[in-house]
Amino acid sequence: METSVLIIGGGITGTAIARELSRYDVKVALIEKEVDISFGGATKANTAIIHAGYDDKPGTLAAKLCPRGNILWSRLASVLSIPFKRIGSLVVALGGEEASVLEELMERGGRNGVPNLKIIENEELFEMEPNLNREAIAGLYAPTAGIVSPYEAAIALAENAKQNGVSILLGTKATDVIVEDGEVKAVRTNNGRIYTRYVLNAAGLFADEISSMAGIKEFEIIPRKGEYVIYDKDLSGIVNHVLFPVPSPVSKGITVTPTVDGNIIAGPTAHDIKDKNDLTITLAGLEEVLDGAYKLVPELSARRDTIIAGFAGLRPQPTTEDFIIKSYREPFGFINVAGIKSPGLTSAPAIAEMVVDILKRGGLTLEEKDDFKPFRKPIEHPIRDFHPTKTEELIAKDPRYGHVVCRCEYVTEGEMMDAIHRGATTLDGVRYRTRAGMGRCQGGFCTPHVIKTIARELHVPVEEVTKRGNGSKILPYRAKQLLLGDERE
Amino acid sequence: MIERRLDLVVIGGGAAGLAAAIAAKENGVDPIMILERNEELGGILPQCIHTGFGLHFFKENLTGPEYIARFVKKVYDSGIEYRLETMVLVLTPRGEILAVNQAEGLMKLRADAIILAMGCRERSRGALCIPGTRPAGIFTAGTAQRLMDIEGYVPGKRVLILGSGDVGLIMARRFVMEGAEVRGVVEVMPFPGGLDRNLQCLGDFGIPLYLSHAAAFIHGSERVEAVTISRLDDEGRPIYGEEKTIECDTLILSVGLIPENELSKRAGVKLDPKTGGPVVDENMETSVENIFACGNVVHVHDLVDHVTQEGEAAGRNVAKRILGELPPLKRRITLKAEGNIRYVVPQVISGEQPLTLYSRVKSPAFNAEIRIGQNIVVHKRVVKPPELVTIKLTAERLKDLEKEEETTVSMNV
Repeated sequence: METSVLIIGGGITGTAIARELSRYDVKVALIEKEVDISFGGATKANTAIIHAGYDDKPGTLAAKLCPRGNILWSRLASVLSIPFKRIGSLVVALGGEEASVLEELMERGGRNGVPNLKIIENEELFEMEPNLNREAIAGLYAPTAGIVSPYEAAIALAENAKQNGVSILLGTKATDVIVEDGEVKAVRTNNGRIYTRYVLNAAGLFADEISSMAGIKEFEIIPRKGEYVIYDKDLSGIVNHVLFPVPSPVSKGITVTPTVDGNIIAGPTAHDIKDKNDLTITLAGLEEVLDGAYKLVPELSARRDTIIAGFAGLRPQPTTEDFIIKSYREPFGFINVAGIKSPGLTSAPAIAEMVVDILKRGGLTLEEKDDFKPFRKPIEHPIRDFHPTKTEELIAKDPRYGHVVCRCEYVTEGEMMDAIHRGATTLDGVRYRTRAGMGRCQGGFCTPHVIKTIARELHVPVEEVTKRGNGSKILPYRAKQLLLGDERE
Repeated sequence: MIERRLDLVVIGGGAAGLAAAIAAKENGVDPIMILERNEELGGILPQCIHTGFGLHFFKENLTGPEYIARFVKKVYDSGIEYRLETMVLVLTPRGEILAVNQAEGLMKLRADAIILAMGCRERSRGALCIPGTRPAGIFTAGTAQRLMDIEGYVPGKRVLILGSGDVGLIMARRFVMEGAEVRGVVEVMPFPGGLDRNLQCLGDFGIPLYLSHAAAFIHGSERVEAVTISRLDDEGRPIYGEEKTIECDTLILSVGLIPENELSKRAGVKLDPKTGGPVVDENMETSVENIFACGNVVHVHDLVDHVTQEGEAAGRNVAKRILGELPPLKRRITLKAEGNIRYVVPQVISGEQPLTLYSRVKSPAFNAEIRIGQNIVVHKRVVKPPELVTIKLTAERLKDLEKEEETTVSMNV
């Protein structure tokens, strides 16, 4: 296979770049080692916040790209129908000492160009957040902060990129970068060689390994683990903004925030670990998350029974501390887009712009296409997003939208079919696109239906359907198969 | 949009809902409609292919499908309307319902009375926050049962079961009969959670029972590879160094059932935090007039026979209400569970008519003395958490009841 630009990594960074490049008349391919977009690393498990941009040290790339990305999200979310809400954030000071940190953050935000920051005090704070810890004395309010669905964003970006001609190659893992005469020639993968002039390394946690393959060993990626808990939608409204404690040197602290879907999420912890695949949740992590959450919203301590799930994510923390977005004289054509830790999700659209600029400066001719299609039609959720007339019209057109399969999140068979036809091949693929199985029963009732629908639509046996590809089969045996001694899987 | 007016809408077509609808119909209510979200009537019973159903109600030992078929047939024969794969989206305190299905689309129903019979759901791994990875191969027991007994697939061949409640024990047996190896049943309490007749299979098949143990860690990146369990001390804390890692490809969770009351809450029905179900009075009426409730949506029963009886009572009472023979309770005495009594249902009684109270205890006790108020004392030889305790309040006993607004139901261990 041959392309002009090859993007390694189907997370938020890779897909944002792919979509940005799809505006231009250039051949672009994206490879992702997992079987679906956003399955790999930080994109599927993070706090899902669009940060305002006051956290990062002025002068860093992150400080520059985060506020720009924040602005770009409005339009991106709107044209691609990505769930996004600009709900604003509050950094909460619980004592006098912490209050002085707010001043520092506000000053830093000003230097980073973050608009409309304001320190809120006393009663006004509790009017905004009635369940906030009563010991709170002030909060830094950033009205531009928001929340988004990160995996739906990456999926939407990839879908739209594909619509505009980008080849998306799933289950394709880069095993070597082939450099000849100081220039990138190709990338070797488990599915054969892909010849390319440019390689964009957006491999997240594994970006240091890809970079090494190209002979550039100037950084390492340390997985920084963050654990989270998700609360039932019953608690919707317990907080209205993204609530942060005052930040520590390693992280922005344990946040409590609504999600775009109406749940409440608390987390993350921040611990540097060694294993880039360690997504385990731990008792210590859970306690740390809950302690942090209770400090902001004491009321949550009485609502332990409404936790519906815990999960962990790994942020790709670069040893250089800042995003690494640059090209090299040698090998020419290799561009790192690495170390995209927080606020990577916020920055992604700005990173994409920057990468396009680097490519242009590197000599790639990029002419805008006449037929670029900026819009993406969303998967319809006629029951969850109920509308008195539109819902009825949609069911009249396709009655499967009247068949509710996931009763907790009100997902219909129609939505599941659409998700599968858009590229979901696994249980998690359907979950990420529709929320089937993400509610309070965590798939107890809908899992059998989802598996059967995937098998039927993709013409594969039920035994072959997986949770998220590879060895994650869900129902490996037919009834009586074990009794017959036939254990072939 | 379809709009209908009915005497009664029953939400949920499981054991409770069917019994309620049939009883209401037999007592003159018409038209009745049952709304069921599954693709068949019967609730959980069609997938419960073991026996043990009907011993009290029919004095026969039936399988789940046999037991429920008797009620399904009555519904068919009696002309009670029902809708399958139908989801109720809205329920108002005034008996208005918005529901949806594939065949008819959206429908607006209005009923003089509503019976809530939505049953319960299983507690998930997420709710328990069990540490470890999140691989394929973790199922709640009821989901695994459906996959095996309805869909015809076996989720794995080396199975560990968490929770020694009835569903977990029944699944232990089902897995063995499918040729899978059950590596053990793990129970956090120092005593098993299931009925004795279901516990027997552990001995029959040589399945280890780990009492006072909890799941400490799930291993495996793509599919479950092992589960570490730890022994708990008397306070329920893990004892350091007392862990054991059991290799398995499947983890089955049978760790509790939660009444499904999302609709009830939105209709303004008051819930009892101890049962997770609506507060009901002796007529099975909830805090919202003309909305009644029965079965596992009220509290989790251990025998379907009791669910059926409760459903029948609710159906009969709704009929009386519709015919104008049963006004809402005038005198209301609220029963409050205390001591070893975890909960008591109904929570509200009039004190004027004999009835049976259902109660669950926190821990086992012998020669238990249950006190209702100051003066009524009921003796029970053995009480244990898996078995509902029935307390008969006869006319004789009710004479001793203090007529106060609140009365305690207590047991000291």
